[in-house]
Amino acid sequence: MTLFRDLTIKQKQIVWAWAFLAIPVLFYGIIRFYPTGNAILISFQDWNLLGARTWTGLDNYQKLFADPVFWKVFKNTFVYLLLGTPISLVVSFFIAYHLDKTRFMHGFLRMLYFLPFMTSAVAMAWVWRWFYQPVPIGLFNNFLSTFGIPQINFLNSTTNALPAILAPAIWAGLGFQIIIFMAGLRAIPQSYYEAARIDGVSNWTVLREITLPLLKPTIVFIVVFSSIGFLRIFDHVFNMTTNNPGGPLNSTKPLVLMIYETAFTSFDMGYAAAQTVVLFLVLLVVSLIQLRILRDG
Amino acid sequence: MKTTTFKALALSAATSVATLLGSAAQAVEIEYWQYFFDARVTAMEQLIENFEAANPGITVKMTHFPYADYRTKVAAAIPAGEGPDVVQLFYGWLNDYVDAELIQPLPAEAFPAATVDAEFFPMVQAMKDGDQYWALPTAVRSLALFYNTRLLEEAGVEPPTTIDEMMAAAAAMTKRDGAGNITQVGMTAGMTAQDHHWWREGLIRQMGGEPYADDYTTVTYNSDAGLKALEMYVGMATGDDAITAFGFMDEPQAAFKAGRAGMHIDGSFRIGSLNKTRGLKWGVTELPATADGTRSNYSSYWVNAITTKAEGEKYDAAVKFMAYVTSDEAMQIWLDVVGELPAKPSVGLTEANANNETYGPFIRGLAYANTTKFANESAQRQLMVEMVERITLEGMSPADSLAMAAEAEQKLLDEYYAK
Repeated sequence: MTLFRDLTIKQKQIVWAWAFLAIPVLFYGIIRFYPTGNAILISFQDWNLLGARTWTGLDNYQKLFADPVFWKVFKNTFVYLLLGTPISLVVSFFIAYHLDKTRFMHGFLRMLYFLPFMTSAVAMAWVWRWFYQPVPIGLFNNFLSTFGIPQINFLNSTTNALPAILAPAIWAGLGFQIIIFMAGLRAIPQSYYEAARIDGVSNWTVLREITLPLLKPTIVFIVVFSSIGFLRIFDHVFNMTTNNPGGPLNSTKPLVLMIYETAFTSFDMGYAAAQTVVLFLVLLVVSLIQLRILRDG
Repeated sequence: MKTTTFKALALSAATSVATLLGSAAQAVEIEYWQYFFDARVTAMEQLIENFEAANPGITVKMTHFPYADYRTKVAAAIPAGEGPDVVQLFYGWLNDYVDAELIQPLPAEAFPAATVDAEFFPMVQAMKDGDQYWALPTAVRSLALFYNTRLLEEAGVEPPTTIDEMMAAAAAMTKRDGAGNITQVGMTAGMTAQDHHWWREGLIRQMGGEPYADDYTTVTYNSDAGLKALEMYVGMATGDDAITAFGFMDEPQAAFKAGRAGMHIDGSFRIGSLNKTRGLKWGVTELPATADGTRSNYSSYWVNAITTKAEGEKYDAAVKFMAYVTSDEAMQIWLDVVGELPAKPSVGLTEANANNETYGPFIRGLAYANTTKFANESAQRQLMVEMVERITLEGMSPADSLAMAAEAEQKLLDEYYAK
């Protein structure tokens, strides 16, 4: 106790700060960093969950880069990202921009857009899975068949399945992005708009010269956040294709689903950990690039 | 006087404490784990109830998990000294469990190998190591052809006994809408369900081939018989005269339960859930034979084993519990509740069971059944799924697709057995 009493005020402040920080530091250390380090370690080992771990060096990585399924899955993951992020960004901005100007039932409309975000992804994926079924049970195809139009294979097709799964995933994330965009829009000082109006500037110029540049921090946040989300897409794909996960013919399989299957149906933990490390690096690189580009520009 | 009263009191107190301790020591609780399947849980509850009534002082606590989490939980719990004393596992997992020291052999005094050999169906001998058994099943499974009685009557056809009859019956029960979409299938199809077993152990052998050689370490289905079986199977869902559609109503068993499928190949474990389906009138018959009468079937089973965690009095209780769940009585209950077939001929081949309208076709199927030794069942099934998808979605020729599947499966087996 005397030890503490002898400290200067400055030192005492530091001790207190660390005392309070100890909880999050411990939490991050044990819950986040320890498993991360462990996963990197396992990626150099062979382990089937039951037996002992054996050291295999770079075998898992060699196997991974030689695996055609991995490259297919790698491509799918980027298709989810490159379609999902821009589409959701544009759509959510469009909705937020107009919702911001709407006064009539504003709160109610905002709630409607936010609702899908609060719904369980699993429940939603199963409902959409039902929508997409062929006749006689699928909603969309039943509708088509009442007009005598041949049915469309949504999920049982190597070309249509990925967009069909991506659509509800984008829709589900929209509510969150709209709320963030609206907060960003509200944060822009009204005086800029008033000045623009006095100068008689067109709406289009206002959008391009005032709104978008001042929304940059918001856009950076949403792009990074939704990119990470699409790179980690799993629940929609898994639940819409449970009988044949990531199928047909791996055309919808994202990296996270491949990791899950390798780990928990093939019980090849080392190989799964190697895939996880690759996913980690991809996420890191993509996020850094986005931060750099969007901050400087 | 005073001291005697005190002594008497003290004595009685001591005795009652001793009695309490004694009964506490007798009440052993053992834990039993299995994966969640409604009928299996119900059946095990009944077995536990009977076992506890016959063995006062032993209680059995059952825990069940979704199939997907099962192995992970078992693997994490037992080495930590937690979890089950008696555990259920798939026959194909035995080597992994033994290598990881999760289970211990059954005591030879209670389960002498010679007696087990004599009493159980021969396929169970895969669980034997020297003169000891590692695990024993309560029940075994095989495949049969379910049919919807109403649809069969409506189409005016009889339950088929040969493949040709099955195709004709299915064609008679298939319905289409104005746009040409199938709205009722004559026969369900989907490698994701039980069809990959039917194709592997049924059709290929019936066409005169062998799916595997060298104790299931070598793939041999890339042959004329394999191609014939594959062409027949895919042919059911292709062309204008298709009698089925892959992915129809999401899952084959869903289509059959909804009364939108004339026939459906599935395992004996489906009986329980079909019985619960209201308004469905169904029957079952043996898997169809070829024109010359060749039949073949697939059989698999889950076993129970004592884990390495069970020691002392828990071990003794676990041995008693194992003896009960492999008894004739338990097998009959399992058959009645789950619909899985008794693992002993003494129960399975009784007059009543072998000629039973529902179980009979499955039990008779055991006589010509083969058990695939899987290295990784879901990955091997996935190869069959993709083999069919390459043909139906990408237009690959069946011969090329078959060759690709055989090559991929051989690679998978080589990797597994190299370890």
